[in-house]
Amino acid sequence: MPAQGDPVGRKEGSALAFVKRYLIPRLIQYFLVIFLGITAVFFIPRMTPNDPVQRTLQEMKARGSYLDPGTMDEIIADLTEMYGLGGSWLDQYFAFWGRLFQGDFGVSFFQFPTRVNVLINIALPWTLGLLLTTTFFSWTLGNIIGGLAGYYARRSWSRVLDTVAMIVRPLPYYIFSFGMLLLLAYVVRWFPVSGGMEIGRTVSFSWEFIKDVLWHSVLPALSLVILGGAVMFQTMKLIVQNVNAENFVQYAKLGGVTESRIVGKYVIRNALLPQITGLALSLGQIFSGALITEIVFSYPGLGTLLYNAIITGDYNLIMGITVFSIFAITTAILIVDLTYPLFDPRVRYN
Amino acid sequence: MKVFKDLFRDYRFALSFCVLVVLLILAGLSFFSPYDPTLWGAVPRDLSPSAKYWLGTDSNGQDVFWQATFAVRNSLIISLIAGLVSRVIAVIVGMVSGYKGGATDRVLMFLGDSLLVIPLFLIMVMLSMLVRQYMNLLVLGLLLSFFGWAWDARLIRSLILSLRERDFTQTAILSGTGTLRMVLNEYMPFAMPLIFSTLINNMSWAIGLEMTLAILGLVNMSIPTLGTMLNWAISYQAILLMRWWWIGTPVVLSIFLFIALYWMSVSISEYLDPRTRIQRVGA
Amino acid sequence: MQNTVLRTEQLKAFYVLDQFGAQKVVKAVNEVDLDIRENEVYGIAGESGCGKTTLLKALYNAIEPPLRLVGGKIYYRVNGKDVDVTTLSAEEKRKLRWEFISYVPQGSMSVLNPVLKLKETYQDFIFSHVSRQSREEALNLAKSHIAELGLPRNVLDAYPHQLSGGMRQRVTIALAALLKPRIIIGDEPTTALDVVVQRGVVQLLKAIQVKLQNTIVLVTHDMGVQANIADRVGIMYAGKIVEEGTTEKIYGEAFHPYTRYLINSLPKFGDKTMRESAPGSPPSLANVPPGCPFHPRCPRVMEICQSQMPGFTTLGADHKAACWLAGEGKNGKAS
Ligand SMILES: Nc1ncnc2c1ncn2[C@@H]1O[C@H](COP(=O)(O)OP(=O)(O)OP(=O)(O)O)[C@@H](O)[C@H]1O
Ligand SMILES: [Mg+2]
Repeated sequence: MPAQGDPVGRKEGSALAFVKRYLIPRLIQYFLVIFLGITAVFFIPRMTPNDPVQRTLQEMKARGSYLDPGTMDEIIADLTEMYGLGGSWLDQYFAFWGRLFQGDFGVSFFQFPTRVNVLINIALPWTLGLLLTTTFFSWTLGNIIGGLAGYYARRSWSRVLDTVAMIVRPLPYYIFSFGMLLLLAYVVRWFPVSGGMEIGRTVSFSWEFIKDVLWHSVLPALSLVILGGAVMFQTMKLIVQNVNAENFVQYAKLGGVTESRIVGKYVIRNALLPQITGLALSLGQIFSGALITEIVFSYPGLGTLLYNAIITGDYNLIMGITVFSIFAITTAILIVDLTYPLFDPRVRYN
Repeated sequence: MKVFKDLFRDYRFALSFCVLVVLLILAGLSFFSPYDPTLWGAVPRDLSPSAKYWLGTDSNGQDVFWQATFAVRNSLIISLIAGLVSRVIAVIVGMVSGYKGGATDRVLMFLGDSLLVIPLFLIMVMLSMLVRQYMNLLVLGLLLSFFGWAWDARLIRSLILSLRERDFTQTAILSGTGTLRMVLNEYMPFAMPLIFSTLINNMSWAIGLEMTLAILGLVNMSIPTLGTMLNWAISYQAILLMRWWWIGTPVVLSIFLFIALYWMSVSISEYLDPRTRIQRVGA
Repeated sequence: MQNTVLRTEQLKAFYVLDQFGAQKVVKAVNEVDLDIRENEVYGIAGESGCGKTTLLKALYNAIEPPLRLVGGKIYYRVNGKDVDVTTLSAEEKRKLRWEFISYVPQGSMSVLNPVLKLKETYQDFIFSHVSRQSREEALNLAKSHIAELGLPRNVLDAYPHQLSGGMRQRVTIALAALLKPRIIIGDEPTTALDVVVQRGVVQLLKAIQVKLQNTIVLVTHDMGVQANIADRVGIMYAGKIVEEGTTEKIYGEAFHPYTRYLINSLPKFGDKTMRESAPGSPPSLANVPPGCPFHPRCPRVMEICQSQMPGFTTLGADHKAACWLAGEGKNGKAS
């Protein structure tokens, strides 16, 4: 936004300055993180002391998968290619990037010869649906409830909620989800124990199908929303208590501005700003948490795909999921970061 | 001592302190265990709790109570290794970054931020797959410590930045104290409480991640930890067979452990600075 | 003589603090009687920490823990009737604010909501008090108000951080005058500004007072600003008003030794000698010396000063001081 003529003494803040100061550093960071992450993924198997091809084969045999000689040779060839063990490390490294740019993560060894992309594509909608809805709900609910609890910190309901959050928050995703599963699926049997839908159903757009899918997602979603919401609740409550002491809130109170305006436009709106940045920073953890929760409930998304890959020693599939996740998470963070200026005029101008 | 007295006024500190003491005693009892934790079939299988076997026995023929004492001990050892080593990394990175500033600061903080942003869990899975046959308490602890320093390095860095503003740095520089000496002499005393409270958080994080990796079978299953105990219980269908004593023991113990560690760190950091609580999430 | 618009009787407002079980009482405002009139600028001066801000909080009827109204009364004259405002409900208090009495904060730096354009802040203040007004009308009211006060028109489209400190302070002053209140209270509105900007801000305040014919209560420890704008001045020391008079009287015939120190510490044109200021420092209000609180620093201290607080002695029309040098003190009681 260019500043108009300047009788007000407004400080200059041009679009160019915004791009330079805000946009470019973020884009650089984005590409650097992807570069670092992918490079790490490339080097990790090479840093370990044993031949990854032989190790993978051993692993597969140890897991009891039967391989006929033809498939075996194919797999060895594919492994050698995937790990790019011909040529120098540098050649291998460039070849690795080359394949990634074509969106090629190689084949799954366990479900040979299905390509990793295909497996990810099947699992992705489940994870995406779960992750988007739960993040949305935990962020919004956590912030609204936490905001009110922070503003009315002396009320008893606020203290009760705080204690609940103090108990829920430190639990790792696995333990919390597992506890929910034990309690609500085994002890009181309200919800299905596992899966994304009833076994034997075919995908369709019927009401029955949608209902079934939703029903199966209640428990994993609930676990994620409660745990994620508890974190949001606590941070928001704390931020609000600090914002509440800020001069502009005290001033609006002295000015007799109505309480609903103060809570909404002065306190919560300002307290949300650090929560947006906070969301960006914790997306990686939220994502990991969703994968772990999926594993607990055998929910057919990327998490369960990962679990199967671990069980069967399908290193290539794990690598594919990791590379894909690095791209997805850093991109999501970039998007959140880029929307931030919409909420904070201080970043937009000046 | 006055600090302790003040802290004990906070019921959260008092409670968590008691729980941790009990858990430590439990871990200490492992040294008096009548059984070898790696030996199967030492006791009859699948007995429910009784006067002889306080928490019953499991399908491997091990006494759940004594197995739990080893589990708590080993989980604490892993988390201590992870916590202490990552503290060293965090302190060095945070102090160098905060003290040197400039390009050094930017590079170090970028590395740290990358660790925060990348799905660490997946990287840990990849790594543990590859080093699985070398897994023991030390390797796992080191692995965790390597990834657990980033956030705390940031906290220490900002502490150093705020300390630098104060006068005594100036006097120290004028009087010609060397960088290392000055960092250790002048900053360490101020950083100690922060280092301690982040240590507690980090331990909690390490225990959680160990449990998750153990559930996925990525650690050495013959070493009893809270995670491996739970894994054995799940893989022997203890839920379906209603062997609540077996599945419940690691779950309940770990819940107490996580909550106690968290309450303690919250209480300490509120005592240090009422406005901020450490904002770290478990994995 | 004009009518009284704001009056206090033996006002006592203390901070009651609980420190590790022990109670600590800070006597920030102690037995203050004020009579502030319509259509005047009443200045309050005193050293840092003597309780000026606390007195203003009390006058503004914004006493909140840890500050407590320990005794005394505060009356506003609203529509020809005396209202004891300490007994009002929260909602009644809220309604008086900005319409009857408004407030200019000390720093303008962080008092404006950083994520709202100024026009939104203005609208919030308008909507909270004037019912059934359309967005359009409110905006027009704000705009014409800004224009009348000679501020740049597009200031309302700016965010707070886009304005200079002086402009921001002018915006808060204009905001305080928006609903034409009968009283405007200012707590050091010029302190953080440089001298040139200060002048502009003081002129704006004066212009508003002339236009609205209302009352301004202005705290500042800058005696120069005080001399420029105030009609009457009250001198505060250790939670008490120790001398009060018209500006000419205070600057010309200051009686209380403390007032003299304050006046003497003003730089005078062409005078290069060091200005003398009172020796020692003001007492902690948690532990006020007995008798006249100024006696440990007073050059003309007498025996009685150390044990008894003098009441007010009238020294002339609109001039009184609480000092044993002036006599017994007929208009106030010793404590
Ligand atoms: N919120 C509070 N809690 C406890 N004591 C307070 C509080 N605010 C002020 N005080 C104490 O009350 C006394 C008077 O403070 P006040 O702010 O009214 O002084 P002041 O004259 O406005 O000073 P200044 O010129 O520095 O603004 C001081 O001793 C101060 O320490
Ligand atoms: Mg003040």
